[in-house]
Amino acid sequence: MSSQIDRIEGSGMPLRGDNIDTDRIIPARFLKAITFDGLGDHVFEDDRAAMADHPFSNPAYRQAKVLLANENFGSGSSREHAPQALKRWGIEACVGESFSEIFRGNSLAIGLACVTVSREAVEQLMSLVETAPDTPFSLSLQDRSLSADDLRVEIGVDNSVRDALLNGTWDATGMLLDDFDVVRGVAERVPYIRGF
Amino acid sequence: MGRTLLQKVWDLHTVRKLPTGQTQLFIGLHLIHEVTTPQAFDMLRARGIGVAFPGRTFATTDHIIPTLDQSRPFEDPLAETMLAALEKNCAEYSIPFWNLDSDRQGIVHVIGPELGLTQPGMTIACGDSHTSTHGALGAVAFGIGTSQVRDVLASQSLAFDPLKVRRITVDGQLASGVFAKDVILEIIARLGVKGGVGHAYEYGGSAIEAMGIDERLTICNMSIEGGARVGYVNPDQTTFDYLRGRPFAPQGEAFDRAVSWWGSTASDPDAAYDDVVEIPASEIEPRVTWGINPGQSVGISDTIPATGAGVDEALAFMGLSGGAPIQGTKIDVAFVGSCTNSRLSDLREAARIARGQRVASHVNALVVPGSQAVRAAAEQEGLDQVFRDAGFEWRGAGCSMCLAMNPDRLNGEQVCASSSNRNFKGRQGSPTGRTLLMSPAMVAAAALAGEVVDVRTVMSHV
Repeated sequence: MSSQIDRIEGSGMPLRGDNIDTDRIIPARFLKAITFDGLGDHVFEDDRAAMADHPFSNPAYRQAKVLLANENFGSGSSREHAPQALKRWGIEACVGESFSEIFRGNSLAIGLACVTVSREAVEQLMSLVETAPDTPFSLSLQDRSLSADDLRVEIGVDNSVRDALLNGTWDATGMLLDDFDVVRGVAERVPYIRGF
Repeated sequence: MGRTLLQKVWDLHTVRKLPTGQTQLFIGLHLIHEVTTPQAFDMLRARGIGVAFPGRTFATTDHIIPTLDQSRPFEDPLAETMLAALEKNCAEYSIPFWNLDSDRQGIVHVIGPELGLTQPGMTIACGDSHTSTHGALGAVAFGIGTSQVRDVLASQSLAFDPLKVRRITVDGQLASGVFAKDVILEIIARLGVKGGVGHAYEYGGSAIEAMGIDERLTICNMSIEGGARVGYVNPDQTTFDYLRGRPFAPQGEAFDRAVSWWGSTASDPDAAYDDVVEIPASEIEPRVTWGINPGQSVGISDTIPATGAGVDEALAFMGLSGGAPIQGTKIDVAFVGSCTNSRLSDLREAARIARGQRVASHVNALVVPGSQAVRAAAEQEGLDQVFRDAGFEWRGAGCSMCLAMNPDRLNGEQVCASSSNRNFKGRQGSPTGRTLLMSPAMVAAAALAGEVVDVRTVMSHV
């Protein structure tokens, strides 16, 4: 069983922009490897080169654990290398307006929580950490809430994602193998395996 | 109340309801390649778990392979290491692998349908977001990450939340010069790059039904660019005719029994959809992207937008001006290829434009077939010679310039007319490279003119 995850505490980082795709999170050349080791060093490498004050290059956010994002974060390529790079850099939760489906699933599979908040709340949280980067954040999956300074906002998280993180079943292999006879049963009834 | 294809396939493949509330779904076909799998096999080894159904997984290599010199070891030691890892993993776990020396090798989403592995009513998973492609034959196909590849290898199943179904109907006849690529770019422009999150897209209507499988593959391929992880077309006679005689399709009387079951997996006429969108085919013209996501496209007669969300950032990156016509945009590179548009019909359309013409002197143009079988079939028809004579390079099968994991890439701020699927910043290998997505015929026309042109004006001469 994987670890149980409820509360994520630490500072936040603002990453402004809609539709930030996984090619930007980790450019494809860093996928040429047979392990995920060292990906954290290359997170947003090309964006950082193009933008001197990129949040991932800003020492004020080096300890951040909560990434604040806008709409459709993690769109595009299904590379798990993207959430792996974020996690290996030190991010433990992504709080955004919305996420791409594959990115969210890949994040869950490695115990990285993706939760949603309203556009207004994201703006408030981003403004807050832009003026006070050290503000402590506390995210509770149990309470479905995120607190930062005087702000307390409700977070959106699917029941299945919340359950998997709280109960430590986000690494799904064990759960999927729990009742393997039933899997075998499906294989036997599916016409294209059984034979036409 | 009738059921959709998605619901039928979902019900048939449901293993059980998981404690998390998700559905454990049996995966009928698992396709793998060199990029997203080595860590999955290592995780299996670390846990002492084997591959549950090695006969339900098939492997090929596509992303990292050079399309010019494929002699081993590769010049790039990282690419060599990745291919060697796949060779070792497939041998160790008895997984069939079509390597470079096989005439079945090619882009994973090209060879699945081509070999008849992809069939109606199946669930399919692959560690690649363009797995949605396989829905063109009436399969429900999911792009997944590496940990999920591990789970499919271990259990032949995955955990999913239910999907809604959006029916997208394109009725009417597409004008000459308007292709499947234009249809899907139009759909994404209308519904947005995140419009499909949480949905499967069911494509139908007379324009889709009139398409061959190659074109349907192009449409379903880019579902993910509209946010929909799954896209499909209901199986019909075109589907069955396509599958007949393919190596992994049922043969003889079994084929007829298969057709009868395949037909039954199509959405019922009275199926209920969560949402229906109708797009008249007559409203679609050849399209070109001007921005940094596939939703940012305009018709070839239109001007580049000057205002709107994300427009400033996109135009600054692309070096384009809002309000200017998209026609006449200068290009440096032309690329026909990728899992979106590298099939025989794509190459025929591009060749039709290129025949007897010359690529503009400042343009570097290449044609990269999606598989060794496509390459051989194209050569049989003499298309390679048409391209070579026109000044295009004719390459070996692979992902090539779509994604910058092999030697084919843009340099500096080069502008590329591309038949691929993503115009993201840096996608084609240069952090400042610029991609204009369009149909293969439009790419060929741009290669000849050295700038973006309306393929319809060129076609009137051919």
